[in-house]
Amino acid sequence: MKNMKLNLILLGLALVAPLVLYPVFLMKVLCFALFACAFNLLLGFAGLLSFGHAVFLGSGAYVTGYLMLSVEGLTPEVGILAGVAVSAVIGFVYGKLAIKREGIYFAMVTLALAQLAFFFFLQAPFTGGEDGIQGIPRGHLFGLIDLSDNITMYYFVLAIFIGGFALIYRTIHSPFGQVMKAIRENEPRAISLGYKVNQYKLMTFVLSATLAGLAGSTKALVFQLASLTDVHWFMSGEVVLMTLLGGMGTIWGPVLGAGTIVTLQNTLAAGPLGSYIHVIMGIVFIVCVLAFRNGLVGEIQKLVKRNF
Amino acid sequence: MANLFDINLFGLFGQLLIGLINGSFYALLALGLAIIFGLLKIINFSQGALYMLGAFAAWMGMNYLGISYWWSLLLVPIGVAVIGILLERFLVRPISGEDHLYSLLLTFGIALVLQGLFTHWYGSSGMAYPIPDELKGGTRLPFMYLPNYRAWIIVCSLVVCTATWYMIEKTKLGAYLRAGTENPQLMQAFGINVPLIVTLTFGFGVGLAGLAGVLAAPVYSVSPEMGSSILIVVFAIVVIGGMGSIGGAIITGLGMGIVEGLTKYFYPEASNTVIFLVMVLVLLIKPAGLFGKEA
Repeated sequence: MKNMKLNLILLGLALVAPLVLYPVFLMKVLCFALFACAFNLLLGFAGLLSFGHAVFLGSGAYVTGYLMLSVEGLTPEVGILAGVAVSAVIGFVYGKLAIKREGIYFAMVTLALAQLAFFFFLQAPFTGGEDGIQGIPRGHLFGLIDLSDNITMYYFVLAIFIGGFALIYRTIHSPFGQVMKAIRENEPRAISLGYKVNQYKLMTFVLSATLAGLAGSTKALVFQLASLTDVHWFMSGEVVLMTLLGGMGTIWGPVLGAGTIVTLQNTLAAGPLGSYIHVIMGIVFIVCVLAFRNGLVGEIQKLVKRNF
Repeated sequence: MANLFDINLFGLFGQLLIGLINGSFYALLALGLAIIFGLLKIINFSQGALYMLGAFAAWMGMNYLGISYWWSLLLVPIGVAVIGILLERFLVRPISGEDHLYSLLLTFGIALVLQGLFTHWYGSSGMAYPIPDELKGGTRLPFMYLPNYRAWIIVCSLVVCTATWYMIEKTKLGAYLRAGTENPQLMQAFGINVPLIVTLTFGFGVGLAGLAGVLAAPVYSVSPEMGSSILIVVFAIVVIGGMGSIGGAIITGLGMGIVEGLTKYFYPEASNTVIFLVMVLVLLIKPAGLFGKEA
C-alpha cells in the first residue's frame, strides 16, 4: 500500500478536475482509459494481442444506445448493464474461437472477427447504418438523478471508471492474475504445472471484453451517440496505440496513454494539422515500437530507478 | 421459363467471374504475406497499404508523367519493392530480435502513415483509372460476357502465382529460401548471406502487393481505403489456409474469391461476411488451417 498516498492525490485531482477542464473532454479520457485498461489486461498481463477490441466497445455502445432510445423511462444503470452483458457474451464466443490460435494468428483472428461484427452493425436494422444511433438520452440514474448535466454525468463516469479500474487492479494482484502472468511468460510450463491454460485465457478475454463493453456503454451515454467509428478496425488500432504508448503491462500506462492520445487528437483536430491525424498516430506507433517499447510509464520507472 | 433460367445462368457466371477476380487479388496478397512470413516470421500489416500505393503510383504515373499502363505494370512493382526493401532495412530489421508482435504493430503504423498521407492528399473518394486500349472490349461466350481486362487479371495473377510457386519449390534460390525458413543459423554457417535473402524476400513479397495494386487500378476505384479493407479479408484467408504452404495460400485465395462470388449470387446480404464465417468454421473444425502444419 505504498502507493496509497499517490492514489489519494490522483483521486483528489480527478474530483476537482471538472472545475478546471471541460467535463466532456474528461469523460472522453476516462472512457478511453477504461477501454485501454481493459485491453491492457489482455495484452499486458496475459500476452494476448487482440486486434479487434473495438467490437466490445461498439457492442456495448450500440446495445445501451438502442435500449435507452427505444425503451421509455429506462434507467441508465440498466441500459449499461445490458450493454455490458451483450459484450460479455460476444467476448465469450469470440474468445472461445480466438484462443484456438496463438501469437500473430490470434491477432489476425480477432481482427477478422471484428470485421465480421462491423458488417453486422453496418447492415443490422437497429443500428442506423452509416448514421449510427443518435440522440441517446442519458436518463435518470436509479430513476432519481438527472444525468443530462455534464458535471453530474462526470462524477457518474468517474465512479464507473474507478469501479472498473479497481476490478482490474484486484484481478492482477490475485492468484488468478499470477497464473495469467505465468502463462504469458512460459505457457508450456504453466500447462505442465497443471493449469488449464485455455480456461484462464478465455476468462481473461471475457473479463477484458466485458470491461471494454462497460467503457463503450458509458461512452454512448456521454456522447449520446453510438456509431460505426466505435466498431471500426481503426478504433481497435487506437486502443493498441494507447496501451503501447502508455506502457503495456503497467497499471497506469493505459490511463496515461489514453489521456495523451485523446489530448493529442483534440488538439490536432482544432489546428491546421487536423487531416494529418492518422499520419501522426502512425508515426507515434512506429516511434513507440522502435524506441519506447516500455511506454511512458516504463520509461519514467526506469528514470526513477536510475536517479533515486 | 427457359429465358428466366438463361438470365440466372448469366448472373451466376457474372458473379463467379467477379469472385475469381477478387480471388486473384486475394491470392497475390496472401502469397506475398506467406512468403514474408515464411522467412521473417512476421505478418506484414502494411501489405494492404503497399497494394494501395501500387494503385496510386499507377494513377499518378499516368496523370502526372504520362506513363502508360504497361510501363506501370513493370515499374511500379519494382518501385514498391524498393520501398519495401528500405522499410525492411531501416525499420523492421532493428527490431527483428524482439517479439514478433512488435513487428506487426510497426507495420500497422506504416500502414496508418501511408493511408493517412494519401487520404490527406487525395481525399477518401475514389479515382478512376482507364482500362488500357489493348484490353478494352470483351468476348461473348455462350453463357456469359467476358471483358478482356478481367480475363487479363485472372491470367496475370495465375501466371505470377504459378511462377512464384515454381521458383520457391523447384529452383536453387527457392531451396535457399526454404532452408532459411527451416534454420537460418545453419544456412549462415554455410556461407549464405541470410540478411540479404531476408531483405530481398521482403522486397519481393511487397512487390507482389504493388503488382496487385496496378492490376486493380482499372477495375476498382483507386482510393486510400482500398488497401485496409482487402487486407483484413486476406488475413482471414491466411487463417483459413494456414501459412505453412505457398500453394495453399494461392489456392485458398482463389477459392475464397469464388465462394464470395457464389454467395453474392445466392445470398447477397452475406457476401461481405462469408469469408469471415468460413474462417470461424475452419477454426472450429481444423484450427491449424486447411493447409497448416503447426497446431
